[in-house]
Amino acid sequence: MAARFWPTRAREVVDTSPKVADEIKYSTCYMCACRCGIKVYLRDGKVRYIQGNRDHPTNKGVLCAKGSAGIMTQYSPARLTQPLLRVGERGEGKFKPISWDEALQLAAEWLGDIRETDPRKLAFFTGRDQSQSLTGWWASQFGTPNYAAHGGFCSVNMAAAGLYSIGGSFWEFGEPDWERTKYFMMFGVAEDHDSNPIKMGLGKLKGRAGTKFVSVNPVKTGYSAIADEWIGIRPGTDGLFVMALIHELLRADSIDFEYLARYTNAPWLVIHDPGASDHGLFLRDESGNPLIWDTSEGAFTDALDMEATPAMVGEYKAPDGRTAVPVFQLIAARYLKPEYAPDKVAATCGLGAATIRRVAAELAHVAFGEQIEIPVAWTDWAGRHHDSFVGRPVAMHAMRGIAAHTNGFHTCRAIHLLQVLLGSVECPGGFRFKPPFPRPVPPPQKPAGKAGEVRPGERLPGPPLGFPTEPADLLVDDDGAPLRIDKAYSWENPLSSHGLMHMVITNAWKGDPYPIDTLFMYMGNMAWNSTMNTKGVIDMLRDKDPTTGAHKIPRFIYVDAYESETVAFADLVLPDTTYLERWDCISLLDRPICEADGPADAIRQPILEPDRDVRPFQTVLLDLGARLGLPGMVEDNGDPKYPGGYPDYIVNHQRGPGIGPLAGWRGADGAHHGRGGVNPDQLKRYIDNQCFWSYHLPESHRFYKFANGPYLEWAADFGLIGSVEPIIMQLYSEPIQTFRLAAEGHGDRQPPEAHRERIRTYFDPLPVWYMPFEESDVDRDAYPLHAITQRPMQMYHSWGSHNAWLRQINTSNRLHMHRATASKLGIADDDWVWVESHHGRIKAQVRLVAGVNPQTVWTWNAIGKRSGAWALDPKAPESQQGFLLNHLISELLPKRKDRDGPEYSNSDPVTGQAAWYDLRVRVTKAAPNEETVTFPQFDPQARPPGGEAPPRHSRFGHFFNPKSWHRDNGRTRR
Amino acid sequence: MTSLPAFPSGRRLGLVIDLDICVGCHACAVHCKEWNTGGHPAPLTDRDAYGTDPVGVWLNRIHTFEADEGDDVRTIHFPKSCLHCENAECVTVCPTGASYKREQDGVVLVNEDWCIGCKLCSWACPYGAREYDETEGVMKKCTLCIDRIYNENMPEVDRVPACVLTCPAGARHFGDLGDPRSAVSRLVAARGGHDLMPELGYKPTNKYLPPRPRKTRARDIGAPRRLVPAGNAERLLAKWMDRIFTR
Repeated sequence: MAARFWPTRAREVVDTSPKVADEIKYSTCYMCACRCGIKVYLRDGKVRYIQGNRDHPTNKGVLCAKGSAGIMTQYSPARLTQPLLRVGERGEGKFKPISWDEALQLAAEWLGDIRETDPRKLAFFTGRDQSQSLTGWWASQFGTPNYAAHGGFCSVNMAAAGLYSIGGSFWEFGEPDWERTKYFMMFGVAEDHDSNPIKMGLGKLKGRAGTKFVSVNPVKTGYSAIADEWIGIRPGTDGLFVMALIHELLRADSIDFEYLARYTNAPWLVIHDPGASDHGLFLRDESGNPLIWDTSEGAFTDALDMEATPAMVGEYKAPDGRTAVPVFQLIAARYLKPEYAPDKVAATCGLGAATIRRVAAELAHVAFGEQIEIPVAWTDWAGRHHDSFVGRPVAMHAMRGIAAHTNGFHTCRAIHLLQVLLGSVECPGGFRFKPPFPRPVPPPQKPAGKAGEVRPGERLPGPPLGFPTEPADLLVDDDGAPLRIDKAYSWENPLSSHGLMHMVITNAWKGDPYPIDTLFMYMGNMAWNSTMNTKGVIDMLRDKDPTTGAHKIPRFIYVDAYESETVAFADLVLPDTTYLERWDCISLLDRPICEADGPADAIRQPILEPDRDVRPFQTVLLDLGARLGLPGMVEDNGDPKYPGGYPDYIVNHQRGPGIGPLAGWRGADGAHHGRGGVNPDQLKRYIDNQCFWSYHLPESHRFYKFANGPYLEWAADFGLIGSVEPIIMQLYSEPIQTFRLAAEGHGDRQPPEAHRERIRTYFDPLPVWYMPFEESDVDRDAYPLHAITQRPMQMYHSWGSHNAWLRQINTSNRLHMHRATASKLGIADDDWVWVESHHGRIKAQVRLVAGVNPQTVWTWNAIGKRSGAWALDPKAPESQQGFLLNHLISELLPKRKDRDGPEYSNSDPVTGQAAWYDLRVRVTKAAPNEETVTFPQFDPQARPPGGEAPPRHSRFGHFFNPKSWHRDNGRTRR
Repeated sequence: MTSLPAFPSGRRLGLVIDLDICVGCHACAVHCKEWNTGGHPAPLTDRDAYGTDPVGVWLNRIHTFEADEGDDVRTIHFPKSCLHCENAECVTVCPTGASYKREQDGVVLVNEDWCIGCKLCSWACPYGAREYDETEGVMKKCTLCIDRIYNENMPEVDRVPACVLTCPAGARHFGDLGDPRSAVSRLVAARGGHDLMPELGYKPTNKYLPPRPRKTRARDIGAPRRLVPAGNAERLLAKWMDRIFTR
């Protein structure tokens, strides 16, 4: 090694114990939707550091890239600074600042007129909103049915399929038993969702001997990269794959019949009388109770008769002559068909038949051969004692990649059916519900907004969103036409329990089913990455009636904290605070943070005072409600009911007796949880407990919650569910059959002729697979490839690009393509290509990979930005090399020459879930002389007034380090 | 030139990174950035932060690539930061003594007051782990969170490098690799942890745990390759007809 050359000098004295904070405050992250607990370190009034909260149920101390970059979002130059009124043309970005009083006065005037004349003319839709129990209630007090959050374009298929099948679904509804599962199957997961719990869980799972992790995903990125086995399935065929697994299990008689008999409707009898008005409904007694056939008594008996030995197959004749068969018989008859054999489905799925057979064998081996047992005694709802919890250690998780197809609802149901046949739902080692789930199947609330329920100056009689169980629950007029602007709960998408936010602008622009007056949106980036047909939607927002010169969508109020693309199109912009500047509650009434072992909720508290003229949206909404005199938001004398804004509401609002937004420390003394009166010190109690509340169930309550007597009693008493009745999983869905019967001509509420066949086809009471609509409707040879997005773990939709740290990780995006596919097309790595769909075309640069299904191309979601948006340089890579697939995706299904029918949205026919991943494309090499800039490009978006000039170079943090002070004022040493 | 410690203590603090479970989420890299931009090497400048060519100083970066392994193409997420080598040529090439290796724990640091920004150290580092801060005119690097690991103003449980504290998958471990009985040394022994490019002779302290063998075959978990059919649909239904299903 080199000789000592430099003379020894005084060595650096390192301060190994610097002061880290003047103060540490707890709160809840909002860098994505996961709601992790955070500790925010403050020094000299600035955020020094954000750490994951070790005691928090969601993240247990860890924090992802997004959460760790919160500082740069807090200090982003893209923050809006003041209320703005449009003065230029929509989209130009020309605004004048106005005061809050003017802004709220104006909004109240617009909305007040609507409420007094026709409340439907307000369309109020929120994006990735974590205050839906407030925003939904506000809409209902206003009296408009036209409300939803972003679920319709996110993952409603996953939510609805779970709620109509097993009483809950993945993510907020439940989780794999990470500690005990031995075989974990993950389908189509967007990697920014539920991300810390999944990463923690995978880390644990892979550290235990004898486990296996299988990832089913066309794209091999993060999670799939560490899977024991990656199954690179062809998009939209997961349902078929799952049905083939079911076929194999049935054929081998590898089914948990005891579980089916106890906890599901597998033995319930279904009337078999094709053509009759009750065909496919359950055979019931005079009191309406479903019946089973008791083989020991040779008689019909109540489906809940736990002494019976139910028949699972066969045909039984009722005294009135009707024939009925058990649900399981229908399941067996369908999935034993040769069309579901691995050899038959393998090519369609892009998999080997041997792989499908092997996965089925592995599932059965682990579920039945490696059964586990927790020696904790428990009592079922019928009062029967059990010595232990038996577990089948197979767990599944699925998300957006399954949901975002036109066959997503049925595919999600198929995954649940598979789990249930293995007996692995809500048992040790399986998929476990998080209270308040399981809930009754489906939850007993219906959408309000029927004809006669929407009246000037009146509130709706109930919440705008719910779960229809029969055609009578639809929101349609006497002719069967939709009553909601997004056509939710209409014959086009009957079970759209999260609405269809992706259709609001298109429908409002067309005036179909009717024109609206004001579009009021909260942080959904609908003029860019949150919409299909981005260019078309932009044009609709700008479009004017040529005769009157008025906009087709007359008024647009938009609420956002940042200079998103959508801001430029608003007439009135109400600037929100950042997540570190406001109160929030992560409520059990909304999307809570519970664990399988018990319920939990949380708050955000303001860590910093806003340094801009901005207000928290929820407080603004309550203020607006008070100005409008909305019921529940004003006292009898007209004074605001919650003058303290959102925190006042969080503490004092009661949705039902003793039920409020927060479950912890209720009652005057704070001694009650779940139900209890108002506690004026509630927020303080939360802050003292690190801003969350959690309750751990006794061990005997933790599994089989749907049938666990003491758990059900506790949950009913706590206010999580309405009654102590057992929750029976509905493998066969009678509510779905009622729609099919209507389509077959039965009942008073009939679908219009144009929709009849579609309802009949897709309202199948058992899971069914069909080709995704775009694939079946376009010329598959002309558009031979699937195109989908994956979500980088370090970005949440469009939220990361104005963050100086996160944008460096994904400054632009490429079109990823399989090497072999590219080679056939004469495309080399780094080439520029045109990507065309039936709807449009884009230009992008390719990156060749091996880890992708060869018939699929993909890119990172929402990296592409409009030039000038988000306070970025108009020539930033996000706009020049970044791109959106959204330009290729139509919000309407492709037109077919051979089909003359209604124009349907590009959505699941059952739930209205946006079918982002149905997209089909062709890819061709761009000419060598073409510009190496992505297409399409848009005029640079002007920055609104008041925006902070971004620093050229960011030296964030130098003020915390005395050593760097001498280099301050932007001077460099060289 | 600068000398390495003449009498190293034997303590070799470093990281063990588990490539079996690293999903490439960048949590460690960003958490490092947020701690250190206000910590010992503050600031970690971001040049052209909102412009056309944003380039920041990152002490830890994740490299993602595909590696061909016969039939299997493996996607690798590879986090990389200073490996605090025993034979740290980044130290010995330093003309000012700014780059040095601590005797007491082997951590390699840069004394920014002495650094003249000549970049010799970054040329000497075969791992590309050093980051020149153009704006500050000095070299930056992983300090192993020297201002955390001994910090008496923090609870003991937090006295680990920021990257280790935050890693959601639990893929990062911190400890004394000079002590064969330490948890990290035992982990390295148990999992066959290895040096990065050992042939170069820098003797890095940090270790990487290789991916565990993938269980792609049925026998890997003791399962049969396929299920044995119990009959055709008709026979199965007949069988189930005769069976007593208790509840």
